[in-house]
Amino acid sequence: MGNENVGARRICSILMLAIGIVLAVRGLMLDLSGSGSEARGPMLIIGMVLLYFGLYILPTMRYHRAIINIIFLFPLLFAFLVTVIIPLVLGIGYSFTDWDGIRVRNVVGFENYAKIFSQPSFIWSIVITFLFVVVNMIMVNLVAFLLALLCTSKLKGMGFFRASYFLPNLIGGIVLGYIWQFIFSNVVTKMTTALFDSRYSMLSETKTAFIGIIIVYVWQYAGYIMLIYITGLNTVPGDVIEAAAIDGASPMQTLFNIKIPMIAPTITICTFLTLTSAFKQFDVNLALTNGTGSVADFMGSYLTNGTEMLALNIYSTAVIENKYAFGESKAVLFFIILAVVSIIQVRVSNKKEVEL
Amino acid sequence: MHTKEKTSSVVIKLVIAIVIAIYVLFPFFLVVINSMKPTEAITSNPIGLNDASFGQLIQNLNDVINNTHFMFWHAFGYSVIITVVSLVLLAVFGAMAAWVICRNKTKWSTVIYFTFIASMIIPFQVVMLPLISTFRDTGKFIGIPLLQSVPGIVFAYLGFGGAMTVFILNGFIKGIPYELEEAASIDGCRPEQTFFRVIFPLLTPVITTVTILNGMWIWNDYLLPSMMLGQNGLVKTLPVAVQAFVGSYVKQWNLILAAALLAIVPIVILFLIAQKQIMNGMIEGAVKG
Repeated sequence: MGNENVGARRICSILMLAIGIVLAVRGLMLDLSGSGSEARGPMLIIGMVLLYFGLYILPTMRYHRAIINIIFLFPLLFAFLVTVIIPLVLGIGYSFTDWDGIRVRNVVGFENYAKIFSQPSFIWSIVITFLFVVVNMIMVNLVAFLLALLCTSKLKGMGFFRASYFLPNLIGGIVLGYIWQFIFSNVVTKMTTALFDSRYSMLSETKTAFIGIIIVYVWQYAGYIMLIYITGLNTVPGDVIEAAAIDGASPMQTLFNIKIPMIAPTITICTFLTLTSAFKQFDVNLALTNGTGSVADFMGSYLTNGTEMLALNIYSTAVIENKYAFGESKAVLFFIILAVVSIIQVRVSNKKEVEL
Repeated sequence: MHTKEKTSSVVIKLVIAIVIAIYVLFPFFLVVINSMKPTEAITSNPIGLNDASFGQLIQNLNDVINNTHFMFWHAFGYSVIITVVSLVLLAVFGAMAAWVICRNKTKWSTVIYFTFIASMIIPFQVVMLPLISTFRDTGKFIGIPLLQSVPGIVFAYLGFGGAMTVFILNGFIKGIPYELEEAASIDGCRPEQTFFRVIFPLLTPVITTVTILNGMWIWNDYLLPSMMLGQNGLVKTLPVAVQAFVGSYVKQWNLILAAALLAIVPIVILFLIAQKQIMNGMIEGAVKG
């Protein structure tokens, strides 16, 4: 690098930095003075970009690595701070106030949290979510594991079967939910009318609607979990299984004493995935039943949100009923439940893995 | 005796596999045949093929595409733009950040890395309400609308996808020998050149993985775009459009299923083209994630 070149770069860099600072400060000043000028947004952005590049071409050998580190880290970290960390901190703060989505008038302390536990419909959502998570975790893992066993046996056309079992996983929950709403309310109802003479849609009754959600979820998710189990099963060395067969182990014995213990890490991954995804599930719930379903008597009151899981309950509290602070405190509680359950799950599986 | 048993078990397994495949694919079949029918035919016979015709399919699709709540091309275009831009930015910025975090063993990089990992457990519900109000206020303050705008939602995806992207990329970069970078630096590469010319090309397989994982998520995501873009805004994605359309047409099943068909077809085509990559990407993401 020639001397002149360095000089030119330095001038260029300092110029860019200077213009960048002027533009950014001017933009911010316009913001603060409350001017409605259209130019203030672009001004700020151009200023920031100039600052960025000015910093980049600054000719220093000593700090170059440090500058590059900052430049490389900044975009993602900035987005992460603004979209995750700041809203999280604000949200936890808001849950102790009477925030209405726009401004905070009073700090109410634990009032929102106290209200949560005296609301039967929310307690019901917690109960039904836990029930859903447990049933779903067992069903998805069982079905997926059996499918994986089927798909690892040497059969013709297994590539096709594998791909078609996986296919539902590619489609978003909203679209899936409506497709299955159609199936349950039109196709299945036709069948039940013919077989048992019952004209009611499965989705109109809380119990059967709950089963409906599980059917859809297993249909969507089992193919994906199956793929992970297949990968796990393929890591079990062939000679171990052969040796077992020579020693006279039956296929069942091979399965329970060799294959399952050897894929323990895979089981951990799969239970974790099904657990967290079932907890957070929202789209299918919204599109399939929208949380409807009557419960005659729960904690002394009549409920109409029989199939409303936690995520949907939070959404409707905040967005539909417009109770932002209350919804936010439910969300914080949801976060705590999710964190505790995930930690317990990981702990338990790790212990099991060691024992196996 | 032994071989005979084997063939019979093979046949049984094949039959089971076929039955399950029919069950799994049956909903797709129902979507296709029922979007080829007029409304009345669906309520009388949702499974049969009678009354289904290509003319009716074209008519249904036309009705859906030109519907003011759905606006298929509009929603499709925005879905593509939002997904592609978010994926490119996530791949580039994610790789840059992961490389810095991985190659600097300082206190700060460790703190940032563990914050990323810990944040993966945060459910979207906790942050969504303050996020919307922060974006609304910030947008007003700086004079660039962040709600109901493409840059705003891309920025949000960058923030929410960042943690997993960095986590997976970090695991891969750890496996690249550091000597490679030292050699490049001795040959006169500045750090940014080392990254873009030496490291970034090596990341292709793992970037494919994160792109598939993020792509599936962003393309199908409903809650974030519905909160940030609104149901009836000008900018909307396909899942939001489907929801807005169904909300406005209760029980017109032929049109609803035609809308579903339009939403499914692009993904199925993509899956048929890149089946192996998509399936491997999903597996690797899960195993490493």
